[in-house]
Amino acid sequence: MKTSRLASALLVAYGIAVLAFLYLPLVSVGLASVSKARYLSFPIRRYNTEWYGEALASDTVQGLLWISLKVAGIVTVSSMVIGFLGALAFARYSWRFRKPFQKLILLPIFFPQTVLGLALLMWFNALGIVPSWKTAIVAHLVWIAPIATLIVSIRAFGFDPALEEAARDMGATQWQVLREVTIPLLMPGVVSAGLFAFLLSWGNFPLSLFTTGADSTLPEWLFAKMISGYSPLVPTVGMLTVAGSAGMVAAGLILAWALRRLRPTT
Amino acid sequence: MRRRERQLGALYALPLSVFLGLTFLAPILLVAGFSMMPEKVFDLAHMPDFSAYRTVLAQGYWKSVAWSLVLAALATLILLAVCWPLAYAMAKVFRRFTLVLTIGVVMTLFVSENIRLFGWVLTLMKGGLIEGYVRHWTGIGFDAPLYNVPVIVFGLVYVYLPFMLFPLAQGISMVPDDARQAAFDLGATRWQILREIELPLAMPGIMVGSLLSFVLAAGAMAESKLLGGRAVITIADEVQTAFTYGQNWPLGSALAMVLIAIIGTLAIWAISKADLDAMMGRKS
Repeated sequence: MKTSRLASALLVAYGIAVLAFLYLPLVSVGLASVSKARYLSFPIRRYNTEWYGEALASDTVQGLLWISLKVAGIVTVSSMVIGFLGALAFARYSWRFRKPFQKLILLPIFFPQTVLGLALLMWFNALGIVPSWKTAIVAHLVWIAPIATLIVSIRAFGFDPALEEAARDMGATQWQVLREVTIPLLMPGVVSAGLFAFLLSWGNFPLSLFTTGADSTLPEWLFAKMISGYSPLVPTVGMLTVAGSAGMVAAGLILAWALRRLRPTT
Repeated sequence: MRRRERQLGALYALPLSVFLGLTFLAPILLVAGFSMMPEKVFDLAHMPDFSAYRTVLAQGYWKSVAWSLVLAALATLILLAVCWPLAYAMAKVFRRFTLVLTIGVVMTLFVSENIRLFGWVLTLMKGGLIEGYVRHWTGIGFDAPLYNVPVIVFGLVYVYLPFMLFPLAQGISMVPDDARQAAFDLGATRWQILREIELPLAMPGIMVGSLLSFVLAAGAMAESKLLGGRAVITIADEVQTAFTYGQNWPLGSALAMVLIAIIGTLAIWAISKADLDAMMGRKS
């Protein structure tokens, strides 16, 4: 019962159509970002990139970029550490509360983020913490650290426990086992978890909305501008954040490729 | 060896468990506490009187709840139909193209949801990408298909497509080729194979994908705000309004508890049935 040639060709066409559907709005944003007109209308008659110059020179946009970068950077490093440790408990070791722990981790991922953001705002208020970009880091981590744990766990599930036991039998201490065996083996998973963490934090809107206080991240600023009326800076800054994500993915792929090149044995 | 494993497991689980206890479970308990308070108070030092829940029932907030659930159910059904052929092809037909599709679809998740929805506004609006070019070429303009209920469902389908596609593809990849071949050799039609073999065997993937899409769509708000022009107010939107403009924390908390109860019941039911070790392929 092989799929016929025609059917496979149709399925490929369908796949391409779905990808086109997913990327079409970004094409619109991209075209809008290089339109010269103050009020956008397609077809675009005159193209230029002056709005990019304006956006990059603006203090507001630079401030937003810096806050988004700080938040995403700290979220990345924290979720790599928490995710690494969490994945060992999630996938590697058999311990008493492993199944409940696995289930606890899934809950924040399912949880509506708007409600989570508001609940955290009330919680910070009850604790007497003034919201700022620092509290947004905590909010992002509630959602992103579990995802990072799942990503590292995929790697940890394929991990042969005999390797750790062999190292221990040969006299390695617990710390040496961790440093020489466990960390190198899980590293690819930790790196991809870090990449996901950065990208998810960089693009997150619902959690930031309520937890940044007087500060603002790029997606928040964009949303505020979107609902208050059109500004040519919205598509431009939108494209800049897309470019940031794309650059990060490219850096991640290059890093993965370089790691494979440097250590062909692992 | 066993004992060491047990200690290490508990030790490594500690940071994440403590963190989620303090930043996930505790805030939910706080919301639950606030939902019982008299309206418009900002601390928990009052006698619980559950008046916020009465307001939820009396003021017609159930309509928002119903709308959110109906929209989420519609989006989930459409997603099942749209994603099935592609998930099937990713699991059984494509080779290298599966990787291209996977990367292509995952990449969209990294672009902020509101930029992508804003892109749809630019695409669909009057003088937007579609209407603008159609009018330019044919001279015939038409009204923007925005600010109504169908476009909200469209937005939900668009945003949550990856959450249906990947679990579905995973589910279909678990249908053994032999079973389909055997049914075919015994004279089953294409339709019978789908109904009797593929759907039942791929059921775990169908369930995971549907629940994930449904739960996420039921808590959504950006689609109705940006694309729908608030033609429908979703429950998440009501929660936000009660907290921000309404300055009524107990009412917002009570509404949030309704949403949490619905989503939580579904999620906990699904999670309690799932065996993560088996799904993620644990060795030993």
